[in-house]
Parts: sequence; structure tokens; C-alpha cells
Amino acid sequence: MKLNRRAFIGTGAAAAAALSAPHVRAASHGKPRVVVIGGGAGGATAARYIAKDSKGEIDVTLIEPTRMYYTCFFSNLYIGGFRELSSIGHSYGKLASDYGINVVHDWATGVDRDAKTVTLAGGAVLPYDRLILSPGIDFVDGAVPGWDVTAQNKMPHAYKAGSQSELLKAQLEAMPEGGTFAMIAPPNPYRCPPGPYERVSMVAHLLKAKNPTAKILIVDPKPKFSKQGLFEDGWNRHYGGMIERIGPDFGGDKVSVDPDAMTVTIDGAVEKVDVCNVIPAMKAGRICEIAGINEGNWAPVSGHTMQSRVDENIHVLGDATNQGDMPKSGFSANSQAKVAAMAVRGALTGSKVFPAKFSNTCWSLIDTDDGVKVGATYEATDEKIAKVDGFISQVGEDAELRQRTYEESVGWYAGITSDMFG
Amino acid sequence: MYGKFWGAAALGLALASAGWAEEQAELIGDVNAGAEVFEYCMGCHEVGQGAENGIGPHLNGIFGRTAGTIEGFKYSKGLIREGRLGMTWQLENLDAYLENPKALVSDTRMSFDGLEEPKERADVLAYLRQFSDNPQNIPEAAPTARKHEVELPPEILAIVGDPEYGEYLSTECTTCHQTDGEYDGIPAIIAWAEDDFVVAMHAYKRKIRPHPVMQMMAGRLSDEEIAALAAYFGGLE
Ligand SMILES: Cc1cc2nc3c(=O)[nH]c(=O)nc-3n(C[C@H](O)[C@H](O)[C@H](O)COP(=O)(O)OP(=O)(O)OC[C@H]3O[C@@H](n4cnc5c(N)ncnc54)[C@H](O)[C@@H]3O)c2cc1C
Ligand code: HEC
Ligand code: HEC
Repeated sequence: MKLNRRAFIGTGAAAAAALSAPHVRAASHGKPRVVVIGGGAGGATAARYIAKDSKGEIDVTLIEPTRMYYTCFFSNLYIGGFRELSSIGHSYGKLASDYGINVVHDWATGVDRDAKTVTLAGGAVLPYDRLILSPGIDFVDGAVPGWDVTAQNKMPHAYKAGSQSELLKAQLEAMPEGGTFAMIAPPNPYRCPPGPYERVSMVAHLLKAKNPTAKILIVDPKPKFSKQGLFEDGWNRHYGGMIERIGPDFGGDKVSVDPDAMTVTIDGAVEKVDVCNVIPAMKAGRICEIAGINEGNWAPVSGHTMQSRVDENIHVLGDATNQGDMPKSGFSANSQAKVAAMAVRGALTGSKVFPAKFSNTCWSLIDTDDGVKVGATYEATDEKIAKVDGFISQVGEDAELRQRTYEESVGWYAGITSDMFG
Repeated sequence: MYGKFWGAAALGLALASAGWAEEQAELIGDVNAGAEVFEYCMGCHEVGQGAENGIGPHLNGIFGRTAGTIEGFKYSKGLIREGRLGMTWQLENLDAYLENPKALVSDTRMSFDGLEEPKERADVLAYLRQFSDNPQNIPEAAPTARKHEVELPPEILAIVGDPEYGEYLSTECTTCHQTDGEYDGIPAIIAWAEDDFVVAMHAYKRKIRPHPVMQMMAGRLSDEEIAALAAYFGGLE
């Protein structure tokens, strides 16, 4: 069975559709079936594009436990007070009603790659012709000694948005005057490279208004970080003296925490803190491990189609992948989803397949109307997704340009969320 | 919608970078004839010494002025948005606005059908130009000269785009540009005339029109791909 399919793919999409459609599909279940696990930036986009562009020829099921998806993107702006939480929540209603996607609110708990089925926590077993996995990230156990997910109510990560974001904001607002906020930043690779530093900016914005003598401490295992020059320049201009960063040269990589005592220990020195945001090392969402498609912490994929290097009937998207040069961002996941959607349609219905192209732009807000961005375009090579061209905002840009950049990010947010959810 | 203006703006820029001030200049139009054409406008606009806002804003200093920025006049959201996006009034976009106000600024409040005749527009603009005495924002020859039409080589404009390929390529654009034409900080790009779209994209590709994201996006598109995108987006409503 598997060998056959390999052969079909080798002979080209049109041939595969012509040969396989009558004898595999008609016999077993009529329409080809695609199951998508995870309704985030990658999964929702892929489900929508396959359903929209196949015009009913493919049966699409989307599995996502939550009924309301809170975007991580712009969740920092919520913490800074620039957005309401409700404005970053999105429901799956339109994907079901306007695109005919079968949205199932449940967890996927198993993948049988030989039988080509997915098992849900509720017990259902769903067969697929192609499976798309876009489960985002989970945290590496023991990455920050003293912390595990059961401590997330004391020391939130807020790296999956929603109640965690709300908790972190509430803790910041309740912080004693002149108190200390600590962030344990993650090692590479992780979701949204500028994310922790945008968060620091937004926390500083909030504290500057409500608690101006408060201190911010970043404990960072990395020697340098994304858009560092832009952030440090912005912090100096807006929040002079408030933010201190301890890099690996001063023990930023030797950190442990005690959530009950609310202490952070850096290279042996114990600090008492008031709010602690622990962002541990990350790995692909657990279902990738369960499906057996990881190498190390991530799922390797081919950039041409986003197919798993381990199983060609599975496509993996977004943060969970090891693909090459693209950062783990919502923009990247959305971009990859479109390449995968095209490849899946090509394989299952013989539609035209064009060469893969990708792009990414990440905006960050440093303070009111002070936005910066970094972006690049990419193409697929046989080894990886490789960067073609890029740009980054410059230190010293005028205020009007920074404001326009921020306004653009608001436009992008509206664009990508309507691209995901219809 | 925005196509017209940007097409014209891009051409203007293309010209500026080619050192067009040295090219032979032609007068914008006939000032005296323009004074007569202005009678169409007088019901709503004043110009000259002591001019005040009426139904429309006063038109003193209109050349080089950012759109929608006269104090105390209540503009439409559309014109304010264009101003914030950086649209300043120059010969090319004034010409487009007067030809068909709604084609340039889709939701403008100026309820005026437009001047169909190019000569009438040229004349009234020559007339208005007299009341714009702060030319420091205006390239040297702009106030009095009309540019020669500079266009992309006809073979580029003649490429017939494949909308199906355009649809695939468009998926890279819709992360930012909404397909229903909604504007939330990034302009809408649907339902443009294909030529205008092609010109705008080439202006980015050649880095004549500034904007790092768009320069990067357009930079790797071939002439055929730009034509395909123009065909696809042009067909959306
Ligand atoms: C603070 C912060 C700021 C950010 N800012 C930006 C930004 O400005 N721009 C940007 O482009 N990106 C940003 N990102 C990154 C962006 O959020 C992620 O890269 C993006 O969400 C990844 O998409 P994904 O599809 O891989 O995963 P997700 O969007 O996380 O979606 C995964 C989904 O899968 C579901 N799921 C997981 N396991 C299962 C299972 N077993 N069964 C069923 N469902 C499952 C989850 O519930 C989740 O809804 C930011 C991230 C953070 C944390
Ligand atoms: C029926 C009234 C009316 C007529 C006739 C009219 N206009 Fe206007 N005009 C307006 C209004 C109202 C606005 C503001 C539009 C907006 O806010 O969108 C405006 C805006 C403008 C602007 C932009 C001003 C700015 O500050 O950005 C220019 C230029 C202009 N008109 C020129 C003309 C010319 C030249 C004519 C005649 C050929 C003319 N208008 C005829 C009502 C009119
Ligand atoms: C990362 C976000 C982003 C992506 C992706 C993007 N654009 Fe843009 N685009 C913008 C922004 C921001 C502007 C406004 C730029 C300016 O002010 O000149 C713009 C402007 C434009 C314009 C001119 C609009 C006007 O009103 O004059 C066109 C045409 C355009 N884009 C086409 C495209 C096409 C085609 C693609 C896909 C190949 C694309 N864009 C991809 C952000 C994006």
C-alpha cells in the first residue's frame, strides 16, 4: 500500500489522481479525506485552503480541542494594554458554515500510520488519505529546574495565549510598588524569536504607567537575540534604567526557580521576585512524538511540500517542524500551510502544483506607535527551506515611519486572521 | 480603486529618478481657460486670498499638500486615510482625482462627477497651481511642467497573466492584503485595472516606490508572475 503510493507520487500528481481515484477511493469511501490536527496558524489555514480550493472534492476534518483560539500574536499587546483579550479570540464557526469543514473539538491522542487513522480522546477513530499536523509547541520537561507545567499558575509561561496571558497581566497589575518582574527567556529554537523581547517592552509599558519604580530582569541563556539592536535602542529611549538583562556570560544559562518561594536562582545567587514569567525550552507538540515523526525535538519536513521526512502521507506545519531557515512564527505557519494545501490537493485530486514559495514578516511593538519589523522570503531546496532575501527596521527611523509600521502590523493581524478563519 | 493613483504616482517617481527635470518641459495647461473650468468647482471650493472652507476645503497651497489635512475641515475617512498613507497632492494624482474622484479615493465625500476632458483638467490644475506658493516640497519642474508619459515597455504591459497561477501566487499576499478589500492598515489591492497593478508592482521591484516589505515581495516576482497576479486580483470584487 505504502509502496504503491510512493510510486504514484513519483509519476506525478495528475497521473496519481487518474490512476488512484477510481480504484482506491471509489471502493473505500468516495471522496479523499484530509484530517488536520490543530486549528492554529498552520492548521486553520491549511484546512480552509484545501476546503476552499478543492470545491467540495476533498473531505476536510479539523481537530482542535478549544472552541476559541486566542492568537499568541498580539497577546503581548494585550498585556501592554493595546488590545482587549476578546479582540484576539477567534471561533471556528465560519470554517464549518462557509467552507464545509468538519470541525471536531477534541484532542487527537493517537496516530496509526499503517492503518492511516487518527484516534481522538473521545474514542472516535478517523481514517485519512493525508494527515496534516500543526500542533504548535510543548515545553521540554526539566528545562528550567524547579518548574513544570503544574507550576504555570504561579509562574505563567503565557506562551500559549488565553488564560495564561490573562493570568500574567493580572499578576503584573497586582505587583507591589517597586517590585521585580523576572522573565526566564528560552534557548533557541523557539516560537517567535522576538516574542520574549516584545513582551518585555509591553510589560515595561504597563509598569511605567502603573508602577514606575518597578524593575524588569531578563535571565537569558542566549548570547544574543532577535532584533536586539532595535529593542535595546527602544528600551533606552522609552524605559531607561528599568530593564536589566543577564546573558550567559553572567550565568543567564544557569537558572532554576522555586515557584512556592517565588525565587529565581542565577548561577547560585538567589533573587526574590514578585512576578516570574518562565518560558522554557520548546519542542514540537506532543502528538508529533506520538505519531513517531520527530527527530530529536522537532519533525523534519521537505520544503517542497511540507511532507514529513518520515512518512509521506503526513504533512507537518508551523512551530512543530524542523524545516530550515524560517523562524517559528504565525506568518511562517500560514505561509507553509498554503504550500502544503497545494501539494495535498495536487496529490489527491490532480490539481496543478506550482513551486513552493514562502515568506515571513514579524512586527514587534516597543512602545505606543513605535513598531519595528523584520522579514524575509524563502524557497524550497532539497535540503531545506532556504532564505532568499530579507530586511529589518533600522535604529534611528523617524517617528512617522515607526507609527506606520505599527499600523501595518494591525493591518497584517486583520489579514492573517481572516486568511485563517475566513 | 487605488490603482489609478498609484499607477500615476509610480510613473511620476520613475520619471523623477531618471532625472526628468532636464527633459523638455511642457506647460501644465492654460491658466485663463482654467479659471473658467474652476466655475465647476466654485460652488464648493474657494481659492485665492482670504479663501475659506465651504462644502469643500479651500484649495490654496494644494500642490505638495498632504491629502485631507486642512485644519477645521471635516474630511471623509477615505481621504484622511490616504493622507496618513503618505499621499501628497501632485499633478498626477490631482489629475486622477479630478477625472474620477471615487476611482482614486473610493469613499471620498467629494460628490463631483469628474472632468472627462484631459485638457479641462490640465487647465484647471494650471489655474490652481498659481495659488500654491510653497513649492519647496515639489520637485523642481513639477509646478509648471507636465511630465512626458513614461510607461513600462509595451511588451511587459502586453503579457497576458494566467489567473490560475495568479491565484496560487496571491496566497502569499493575502496574509497581509485582505481579499474582501477591507482596509485595516494595509491597502486593498483588489479590482484594480491590470496595467496599474503591473506598474505599481514594477515600481516596487525596481525600488522606485519605497517600502521594504513590498520591495522584497515584488523583487522576486518575474514579469509573468506580476501579470498573473494583476489578472487574478483585478478579477476580484
Ligand atoms: C507572545 C507571542 C507573540 C507572538 N507574536 C507573533 C507575531 O507577532 N507574529 C507571528 O507571525 N507570530 C507570532 N507568534 C508565534 C505564533 O503564535 C506561532 O508561531 C504560531 O501560532 C504557530 O502556528 P502553529 O499552527 O504551528 O501552532 P498554534 O498556532 O499554536 O496552533 C496549534 C493548535 O493545535 C492544537 N493542538 C495541539 N495539540 C493537539 C492535539 N493533540 N489534538 C488536537 N489539537 C491539538 C492547539 O490547541 C492549538 O490550537 C507569537 C507567539 C507568542 C507566544
Ligand atoms: C459638490 C461639491 C464639490 C465640487 C463641485 C468639487 N469639490 Fe472638490 N471637494 C469637495 C469635498 C466635500 C471635498 C473633501 C472630500 C473628502 O473629504 O473626501 C473635496 C476635496 C477636494 C480636494 C482635496 C482637498 C484636500 O485638502 O485634500 C481637491 C484637490 C478638490 N476637491 C478639487 C476640486 C476641483 C478642482 C473641483 C472642480 C473641478 C472640485 N473639487 C469640485 C467638494 C466638491
Ligand atoms: C507582509 C505584508 C505584505 C505582504 C505579504 C504583501 N504586501 Fe503588498 N503591501 C503591504 C503594505 C504594508 C503596503 C503599503 C506600502 C506602501 O505604503 O507603499 C502594500 C502595498 C501594495 C500595493 C500598492 C497598494 C496601493 O494602494 O498603492 C500593491 C499593488 C501590493 N501591495 C501588492 C502585493 C502583492 C501582489 C503581494 C503578494 C505577491 C503583496 N502585496 C504582499 C504589505 C504586504
